[in-house]
Amino acid sequence: MPGADLTTPPEARRGEHTAARRAPAWSRKLRRDWPMLLMVMPAALVLVVFHYVPLLGNVVAFQDYSPYTGVMASTWTGLVNFERIATDPNFWAAAGNTLMITAFQLVFYFPIPIGLALLVHSLLSPRLRLLVQSVVYLPHFFSWVLVITLFQQMLGGAGLLNSFLRSTGASTFDVMTDPDLFLGLVTAQAVWKDAGWGAIVFLAALATVDASLYEAAAVDGAGRWRRLWHVTLPALVPVVVLLLILRLGEALTVGFEQFLLQREAVGREAAEVLDTYVYFTGVVNSDFSYAAAAGLVKGVVGLALVLAANKVAHLAGEQGVYSR
Amino acid sequence: MTTTTPGTTPRPTVRSARASAKPTRPVWEEPPSALGSAAKAVLVAVILLVVLFPLWVVVLTSLSTQQAITAAGGLVVVPDGITFAAYQELLTGGVVTRAVLVSVGITVVGTAFSTGISLLAAYGLSRPGTFAHRPLLFLVLLTFLFGPGLIPTYLLVQSLGMLDSYSALILPGAVSAFNLVVLRSFFMNLPGELIDSARIDGASEFGVLTRIVLPLSKGVTAVVSLFYAVGYWNAFFNAFLYLNSTEKWPLQLVLRTFVLQGQPIPGVTQGAETVGAGGGLVATLAIKMAVVVLALVPVAVVYPFVQKHFTKGVIVGAVKG
Repeated sequence: MPGADLTTPPEARRGEHTAARRAPAWSRKLRRDWPMLLMVMPAALVLVVFHYVPLLGNVVAFQDYSPYTGVMASTWTGLVNFERIATDPNFWAAAGNTLMITAFQLVFYFPIPIGLALLVHSLLSPRLRLLVQSVVYLPHFFSWVLVITLFQQMLGGAGLLNSFLRSTGASTFDVMTDPDLFLGLVTAQAVWKDAGWGAIVFLAALATVDASLYEAAAVDGAGRWRRLWHVTLPALVPVVVLLLILRLGEALTVGFEQFLLQREAVGREAAEVLDTYVYFTGVVNSDFSYAAAAGLVKGVVGLALVLAANKVAHLAGEQGVYSR
Repeated sequence: MTTTTPGTTPRPTVRSARASAKPTRPVWEEPPSALGSAAKAVLVAVILLVVLFPLWVVVLTSLSTQQAITAAGGLVVVPDGITFAAYQELLTGGVVTRAVLVSVGITVVGTAFSTGISLLAAYGLSRPGTFAHRPLLFLVLLTFLFGPGLIPTYLLVQSLGMLDSYSALILPGAVSAFNLVVLRSFFMNLPGELIDSARIDGASEFGVLTRIVLPLSKGVTAVVSLFYAVGYWNAFFNAFLYLNSTEKWPLQLVLRTFVLQGQPIPGVTQGAETVGAGGGLVATLAIKMAVVVLALVPVAVVYPFVQKHFTKGVIVGAVKG
């Protein structure tokens, strides 16, 4: 807080009508609002210490950081770490995997919540609707460890599917350790866990559609599918654009735990993404400065993607994530 | 189309007024074809089954006797004898009991802390025109745009001496900007006259929050608490990153090490019978599945109570935020 107010004691102005009016507006507001400020402080403090201070800690990317000397005493190396990234095949392999997973999920995951929302919206019975909604939201609240364990128990080498195949004499296969199937596997896991939850936003958008639009369209002779095409889908466009932007902005972030947990079983070639790469080079191999540089590159590119995607949305006439 | 006749046109409006009580198909809407209804029913059934079947199998296996598991050759789909032996084995001391207690403790303390400071901050920021309201809100919202990065956060936690302590599981992620914004936009929609009149009656800001605002915000507070609680209960990565000692492990780490990676649980009697080609010890399977159930039960139990507030609390908050 700009704390210059301490120089003018508040009691100096108490009761003086004209003086109080001449006192700067912020000083009067501070006197009135200090309890509110006090209430914001704990949360603000947590954010400053654990969000903004580490943001500054990114300077280790420009250093040869050693845990023994600390940030202050480590030697500065300039852009050496970034030059190393440019020629590091492992970094680019991780980046490639990350983008591949994002692209794959954009095609195979993204439409599913929309379809699910349309299905739930079309159910007439409120009881059935509530049941379906409750059930499909539930997996969102399970941890990744749990989701992957469930997949392993169902589809893994010793899982239910394979023991069934064995009992019928068919050949077995292990989805959980096959690098070639990994892309499909992680997408299936994401769908199982989050598609239902993702449908919430679309359901909210569908609920705001004016029913008289449907009626007018019906009177004008539009059938079931034409109404879907001309009334329902246009209502979803702003939400779809918003979520696409968010997803594109997060193109370099595909989630940490899901990949960390399966990296061992599937192998680094398929399962290494940028986040796990930063973790293994930094924390496991203690190459802090280099990993911080890799994380910084990822963060800066990611931020640029969000801002660019939002700009495109504004140009296209949509509201975007934030309005200017 | 054929059902729409001029004589019936006033009816839809009358019906839609009553729609919330007993939904009826509007007159202009064609009734679905038999094939369409059947397809929809199958689709709904498949979706419900895909979500619920794995849970059914896991819960049932954890409750099954050793014979039932052997007969099924692994996971049990059809119940045949129920026993709580696996839970007894796990919850009478040892690694898993301790992990459950640790997870419960972290969840309770973390949720109380996070919800508390989020409520305070959300109220403090909910009256536009408050001193420094804009820069503080900006400070919160900016955290949406970029994260601080894994390595600097790790180094900070390390230099604060928080490695291998429970505070590392709670403090770094204690405030979620999303939850804060949800609460704040809900508070902003409360009538200002209510708050002003309480202030005129001499209530302190804290009194306004606890006696006027909170009683009106039970739903959204419940939802935000659930989000925080689920986050703490499910937290795997922070524990994996910051905790070195096995005895401090929360349940998710136990689940990963002993179930997902299949390492034997120390101190738990291992079953003797094995399944032919499936590998693994049969009684161990019930115990493993019991760990899975322990990890998912609290969420499944709390969830139905909060679920009804989802749309009201979250969507309204998020859309207007």
